[in-house]
Amino acid sequence: MTEVVEERLALLPSHPVKAKRSWPMAGIALSMVFPLGLLLIWEAAAYAGLFNSRLLPPPSRVLATLSGLAASGELALHIWATTVRVALGFVFGALAATVIGAIVGYLATIRRLVDPTLQALRAIPSIAWVPLFILWFGIFETSKVVLIAVGVFFPVYLGVVGALLSVDRKIVEVGRIFRLSGFDLVRRILLPAVLPTFIISLRAGLGLGWMFVVAAEFMGASEGLGYLLVDGQQLGKPDQVMAAILVFAIVGKLTDSLLVAVTTPFLRWQDNFRREA
Amino acid sequence: MLDIRNLTKIYPNGQHALDRFSLSLPRGEITAVIGGSGCGKSTLLRLVSGLETPTQGSVVIDDETIDKPHPLVNLIFQEPRLLPWLTVADNIGFGLADLDRQKRDAIVSDGLERVALSGYGHRWPKELSGGQAQRVAIARALATNPEVLLLDEPFSALDAFTRADLQEHLLNIWDTSRPTMIIVTHDIDEALFLARRIVVMQPSPGRILDVIDVDLPERPDRHSEAFGAVRKNLLQLLHRSLQRTKAASGG
Repeated sequence: MTEVVEERLALLPSHPVKAKRSWPMAGIALSMVFPLGLLLIWEAAAYAGLFNSRLLPPPSRVLATLSGLAASGELALHIWATTVRVALGFVFGALAATVIGAIVGYLATIRRLVDPTLQALRAIPSIAWVPLFILWFGIFETSKVVLIAVGVFFPVYLGVVGALLSVDRKIVEVGRIFRLSGFDLVRRILLPAVLPTFIISLRAGLGLGWMFVVAAEFMGASEGLGYLLVDGQQLGKPDQVMAAILVFAIVGKLTDSLLVAVTTPFLRWQDNFRREA
Repeated sequence: MLDIRNLTKIYPNGQHALDRFSLSLPRGEITAVIGGSGCGKSTLLRLVSGLETPTQGSVVIDDETIDKPHPLVNLIFQEPRLLPWLTVADNIGFGLADLDRQKRDAIVSDGLERVALSGYGHRWPKELSGGQAQRVAIARALATNPEVLLLDEPFSALDAFTRADLQEHLLNIWDTSRPTMIIVTHDIDEALFLARRIVVMQPSPGRILDVIDVDLPERPDRHSEAFGAVRKNLLQLLHRSLQRTKAASGG
């Protein structure tokens, strides 16, 4: 009977309301309006002399500094050095958080044993780790990558544990009816169920990775965007500091967009609220 | 033969959900369980399916005791509980992971056809109506070819039109493999249409109030006099069960 109704509905003339067309470029253009507007206001305010442009250089001077750094090849070198550190720290941190989070989230005994300690470690400020990591891993790359991995670890760990603990009992019972337990239950029910939250926690972890890389590069780096910040401060070049901040924002946003683009196909099944316009 | 022997369930919070429930169901028979809320109807299905362990008693299928989920038994819940990250076809084939791809695809294709959803295999659960989703749940439960199929108010969330449609579908599907079925329902017409035996339960703790053998043909005419007479008798029994529910809850 239901089919008959559905077939008849399909025969009805198409609805007079036109389907909305999707304009991806329009979306990108819209997202640019706010930052470009801010830059224009900033430029106009500097031009009008509303603040000391030696300490807060206008966008035109920041862009000139950026293009100078790009032309000399320095910018690419710094971006590459920082991105590699963030990428390595993200991979190690996210991997450890996923494995430990899955075990802690699934096994109540391990959770009672390990989780309170990890929660206490989470409260330690990132800068507090710096001297210890320098002592343990030296001044070069290892200590920086470990510090970033620590930053990435906690949001991903919290996301995985929280998501596992909030998986709908009813869905788990479907797995149990089909005699799934242990690893099979984790693989076929729990992990897919937590995937949306896991991806959000990965994005949060990546964001923290970009924050921790600054602290990491304050540990005596000779290249990287954090180094550009320190160098600009020590040599009194606020335009270089602002240029580095701008690049942090752009590269951070690009890596987040990349993560979203890579993971979106895995979430096609989601039935989420999406408010139009 | 499904043999439920002296089944008792007391939950850790002290709730005495089911008390010495005994019933023998011949292979291929459909039995409906009705009664007011809190009669232990759902607990009964959870015990028979192995999702819960009994405090006392046992469930035996052909001399094999069921104390955990078993390949011979499947349960269809009140809600379809489809896995949203799997397509309709993968949901139906969920219990067939041990089979090779070709065999699994053949069973899934057959399942889709049996629930009249051929061509829907590639769709996501979010793209289905409530009735279609419940049909997929039925196909998923039947794909493993269980000997005992348990249904916990499977059509209660659906409108009357879709419910009648699915009752027909269920009987068509049951006809092909004839599993033993226990259907828990609040709907007397549904119980009379589907089952030839009806167990009326009473609450606090859940016990059998009466067992009625329905003297009606298969797929009875819902408007016939005989249907009406059995319905009246059943309504009276159910009324007594509901009165006891009210008395037990102080209402």
